[in-house]
Amino acid sequence: MKKKLVSILLCAAMISTVLVGCGSKEAADQATDETTEESAADTAEPADDTAQAAGTGKVYYLNFKPEVAEIWEELAELYTKETGVEVKVVTAASGTYEQTLKSEIAKTDAPTLFQINGPVGYQSWKEYCLDLSDTDLYSWMIDKNLAVSTDEGVFGIPYVVEGYGIIYNDAIMRNYFALEDKAVDISSAEEIKNFETLKAVVEDMTAHKEDLGIEGVFASTSLTPGEDWRWQTHLANLPVYYEYKDKGISDTDTLEFTYSDNFKNIFDLYLNNSCTAPTMLASKTVEDSMAELALGKAAMVQNGNWGWGDIADVDGNTIAEEDVKFMPIYIGVEGEETQGLCTGTENFFSINSKASPEDQAASVAFVEWLFSSDTGKDYVTNKLGFITPFSTFEEDEKPSDPLAKEVLRYMEDSSLTSVAWNFTSFPSQTFKDNFGAALLEYAQGSMTWDDVKNTVVEQWAAEKAAIAE
Amino acid sequence: MERTLKKYFAVFTVPTIIAFTISFVIPFFMGVYLSFCEFTTVVDAEFAGLSNYVKAFSNMDFLNALWFTAKFAVIAVVSINLFAFLLAILLTRKIKGTNIFRTVFFMPNLIGGIVLGYIWQLVINGVLAKYEMTMFADAKYGFWGLVILMNWQLIGYMMIIYIAGIQNVPGELIDAARVDGANPLQVLKNVTIPMVMPSITICLFLTVSNSFKLFDQNLALTGGAPSRKTAMLALDIFDTFYGRIGFEGVGQAKAVVFFILVAVIALSQLALTRRKEVEN
Repeated sequence: MKKKLVSILLCAAMISTVLVGCGSKEAADQATDETTEESAADTAEPADDTAQAAGTGKVYYLNFKPEVAEIWEELAELYTKETGVEVKVVTAASGTYEQTLKSEIAKTDAPTLFQINGPVGYQSWKEYCLDLSDTDLYSWMIDKNLAVSTDEGVFGIPYVVEGYGIIYNDAIMRNYFALEDKAVDISSAEEIKNFETLKAVVEDMTAHKEDLGIEGVFASTSLTPGEDWRWQTHLANLPVYYEYKDKGISDTDTLEFTYSDNFKNIFDLYLNNSCTAPTMLASKTVEDSMAELALGKAAMVQNGNWGWGDIADVDGNTIAEEDVKFMPIYIGVEGEETQGLCTGTENFFSINSKASPEDQAASVAFVEWLFSSDTGKDYVTNKLGFITPFSTFEEDEKPSDPLAKEVLRYMEDSSLTSVAWNFTSFPSQTFKDNFGAALLEYAQGSMTWDDVKNTVVEQWAAEKAAIAE
Repeated sequence: MERTLKKYFAVFTVPTIIAFTISFVIPFFMGVYLSFCEFTTVVDAEFAGLSNYVKAFSNMDFLNALWFTAKFAVIAVVSINLFAFLLAILLTRKIKGTNIFRTVFFMPNLIGGIVLGYIWQLVINGVLAKYEMTMFADAKYGFWGLVILMNWQLIGYMMIIYIAGIQNVPGELIDAARVDGANPLQVLKNVTIPMVMPSITICLFLTVSNSFKLFDQNLALTGGAPSRKTAMLALDIFDTFYGRIGFEGVGQAKAVVFFILVAVIALSQLALTRRKEVEN
């Protein structure tokens, strides 16, 4: 009797293992579904493989941007057709690049071309980054300071310049400025040049939100874990930028967070004039807030030019292309009238130094083709929508979506100073996550601003010390 | 019989042994070795002694997660087994539609943890939205959310095991007890429960180890928010591994500690409940 029972139980246990296996695989799947798809497609062409093995190398690119995965695949096919060199593109799912890279690069067939996110990322991958100082790609860079370089060489070359600020819907702004009883004396959004004016306009708009037909001035300050990078990374860049500037440094072991009150200014403005109550923000995502702008529920949202797709793809969006404009993020710092958008990059190409020399050469050739041949440049400009930092692109070879155009307009305006992306020096993902968690608690009212400030200062020092060991 | 078994032993077991070695034994020992190393990828490890273990306990994250996990495990194990057992008793009463009920209760177990996590996140946030709140307003919502989720997922499964056990209780034993004048409660306490002790052992083992190892549901439901207050051990290990540069080894060290902990708890639970099993 007992034996039978035991065997039933064992069967049950086995089934459970299978089920549990399925359960956890789903998590992994999110990270790798693109991978398997791709590698399946890859193994389908073994004939090519062997043909190429004699002489030329292969390219294996691990792509960071899931939103343009298909375009990279098209490009790979095109390049193979043109040159006969095999190109394999694998895309890491959103937010899983480091995980995917860690497991992919340990394989025999490792990525030959991958990307790092700046100096901090370089620290992690320095064993794998090839010196690129002799490549044409590096020589094409307009501003060589943007590259990740040390005394020993150049290890990461940025391939796209991005900018972020406050995106606003000019149609709603025009409606506001046309109001009889507006409380400000300026007459267009372009005249907002500092935090004081911004605050006055935003608060008066909130008072008139019924007249304007909006639910709030700002779209939701998305604070769901994993969706809070617009605040703990991008917005946090501004106070750090000004602190670095005051001290004349580009990195520090101990941040004082001297501009914490300025951060609070703008963050409070976002929270208090939003279409979502502060206590509900932990259920909102970045996509939600972009949709709120697209649907006309909100007039402003903080994000970068990569967000154009999120606006354009929303069903029933009411925002006209020519009304999508950028405004710098003003936080109430002396002299911010000449502040531009935050422009920089955290996308740097690196070549795997542990790959075979043929593969390395093939990878460099692929990237150089991409940024110098007519076909490559056409894809980069019109399909990937990248603003590149390379001199190979002519005036008329710039992306034409409204946000990219705005970024270019701000970059070319010599009276404005762009804010550099100093967040590439933030100590670690853990720091950002803890900062985001503190902001969430502040928004919900379970933490005071002083505690948030202390968290930032303490965590910065602790995390810098932890990774320095 | 014996001889043929011996003859074909290799044919039947070697493939499994090879698969088991590749996917379990080797990674396990590699993992233990890596916990003493500094590494970015598993192929370029450098020996670093015990420093990873020192770092693992240098802040309170791991201990907080341990405390949270322990609290969760106690509540979840008790509630899951209690409800599962009650359902099992109900559904062995020859009520109409028993099979449908059994299937329905078992179904949540067929859905993956990540999916369940997101579904329950929507449900709980939807309910809390009435009070202008989200699940991340306080760690207690996340805690009870996890308890509810795990109950929902595991009760049906444990119920099936208990049903199997209860159906195997010999009818003559129960009849004899009745003849001797035992009331239903006494039958349950003195006949049924001792007889289903093997099921209880298995169910306790599964719930204890699942509660301690819980990861997908935790990741999807709360992701540790607010401020890592609802992060369980497995999630803390994951965050350590990927959260900081150069902390892969520390995550690995935590994982080794985690393994020892779960093994000790699960094995002592097995030994304890085994002792109560009776032969029929």
